[in-house]
Amino acid sequence: MSDSKLLRLDPLDNVLVTIQTLEAGDRVIIEGRQITVPQRLTLGHKLAARDIRTGEKILKYHMPIGSATRDITAGEHVHVHNMKSDYIDTVEMLARHSLGRSP
Amino acid sequence: MIITEHAYLRSDGRKGIRNHLVVAYLVECAHHVAREIVYPYRESGVELIGFGGCYPNAYAAKMMQQLCTHPNVGGVLLLSLGCESFKRTELADAVAASGRPVETLVIQQSGGTRKTIEQGRALVQQLLARIADVPRAPLEMREFIVGTICGGSDATSGITANPGVGRAFDRLVREGASAIFEETSELIGCEAIMAERAVTPELGALLGTAVAKAAAYHRVLGHGSFATGNAEGGLTTQEEKSMGAYAKSGASRISGLLKPGDVPPAGGLYLLDVVPDGEVRFGFPNINDNAEIAELIACGSHVILFTTGRGSVVGSAISPVIKVCANPETYRRMSDDMDVDAGKILEGRGTLDSVGGEIFDLSLAVARGEKSKSEALMHQEFVLTYKTFEPIGPSCLPRV
Repeated sequence: MSDSKLLRLDPLDNVLVTIQTLEAGDRVIIEGRQITVPQRLTLGHKLAARDIRTGEKILKYHMPIGSATRDITAGEHVHVHNMKSDYIDTVEMLARHSLGRSP
Repeated sequence: MIITEHAYLRSDGRKGIRNHLVVAYLVECAHHVAREIVYPYRESGVELIGFGGCYPNAYAAKMMQQLCTHPNVGGVLLLSLGCESFKRTELADAVAASGRPVETLVIQQSGGTRKTIEQGRALVQQLLARIADVPRAPLEMREFIVGTICGGSDATSGITANPGVGRAFDRLVREGASAIFEETSELIGCEAIMAERAVTPELGALLGTAVAKAAAYHRVLGHGSFATGNAEGGLTTQEEKSMGAYAKSGASRISGLLKPGDVPPAGGLYLLDVVPDGEVRFGFPNINDNAEIAELIACGSHVILFTTGRGSVVGSAISPVIKVCANPETYRRMSDDMDVDAGKILEGRGTLDSVGGEIFDLSLAVARGEKSKSEALMHQEFVLTYKTFEPIGPSCLPRV
C-alpha cells in the first residue's frame, strides 16, 4: 500500500508519481516503508516504487520511458540523474522492428 | 449494444447524433455574410463552417465535402462570393448525392451583402423545415465514432485526464466503437511501443513512418518537443513526455491509420495522421486545436473528448466537444466549461478507472442528446487551412 500523495498509474509500474508538492523532509509511505523526501518535489515527479537495478526499464503507464543508469532504491527520486532516454531514431527502430519480428 | 433509438438516419446509411444545418462559406470574402445568416438561428442547430482560402486545395475540398456530409449534418447552405476558385458545384453535387438538401448562394449574383443575407435567412428557414422530419434509427455501438485531442496541457494532463480518456477508449473499442487519436508530433518517442500495438507488422511500420514524418516536419519548422520546463515539471525523457499524450489511446490494439477525411471502415482504435505529406509547404501542420478537431470530425467523429489542464474553452461546429479537465484547481475555477473533473484523482476523490467510466458514460449521454458544456455555451469554433496529403495505402485499414 502506498501513500495518498503518490499515484501509481499502472499496477506494474516501478515508479510512483507525486500528485502534490512534497517538501524536503516530508514523509511518504512506499510499499509499507517510511521514506523521507530528500528535496522539494512538485506535482508530476517520480519516486521509485521498489528497488531498481542499473539498466532496468523505468515503467510508467506500464510503458518503458527509459532505463536506470545506476541502482535506485525504493523511494528515491527518479529523474535525469539516475535514468536516461532509450529513444532511438525511427529509421533505426523500423530496421530493428522488421528484424525482430518473425514473419 | 444500442446507444440510442433516435439517431438521425442519412440516405447513405450513416447515423448522426445531431441534426445540424451547416452554412458553409467557400472563401473568407463570404464569411461575414454567412455569419450574419447563421446568427439568428444559432440556437436552432444552424452551424457555421468554411474555408477561407481563395486558391484551390484538394485537402480543403475533401474536408469540406466530408464535413458537409457528416452524419450530424442534415442539410447545407453554401455561401460563395463568386470569383473564388473553390469548386462550389462539385461540393453541392456531392451533398445532393448524399441525399441531403443543399442550396447555394453566390453573393455577386444575389445583389450583394444585404440581399444575400435576406435570401440566406429565408433559405435557412426552408432548409430547417426540410430536415425536421429526418427518419430516426437505432445507433449501435459499432457505428459510434469518438475522437480525442489534448490542448492547454499541464503537468496533470498526463496523469489524470489523458489516461482517463485511455480507459474510456479501451471500453469503447471493447464494445465495438471506433476511437481515433492523433497528434503524431506529440508521439515522438512512442513509435516502437505504438508499432508493437498494430494489428499487422505492415501497419506498425506505417505508424512509425507517420511519427517520423511529424519529427521531420517539426525539425524544419524549428520547434523541438522536449523543453527545460518539462524536466522541471518532473518529466525526464522525450518518450515519457510523449507517453503522457499517448496515454489517451489506451491499451487496445491499433487497427488502422487514417488521414483527414478517411472514415474508419469498422470498429477499433485508429491513429489519425494530421501531418501533411511531401515537403514542408504551408507552415505548421495544425495552427491550433480546432484545426485538429475539424479533422477528427471529418473522419466521422460523432463526439470529441478534449483533455485540458490549463483550461481550454473551445467547442466545435458539427460535433459536440466534451471537456475532460486534468487539473482540479482549473476545474474549480472554470467548472462552467468543464464536463468531467478528472483531476479528482489527485485529491483521492476518484481513480483512473472511475474517471474512465464517467467519460465513457458521458460520451453515450451526449450521443443520446445531452448537451456538452461547450455545446450548451454555443461554442462553434472552426478552422480549416491548406495541406497536402497522399491517399492512404491498402495496409492502413483493416479488411472488413
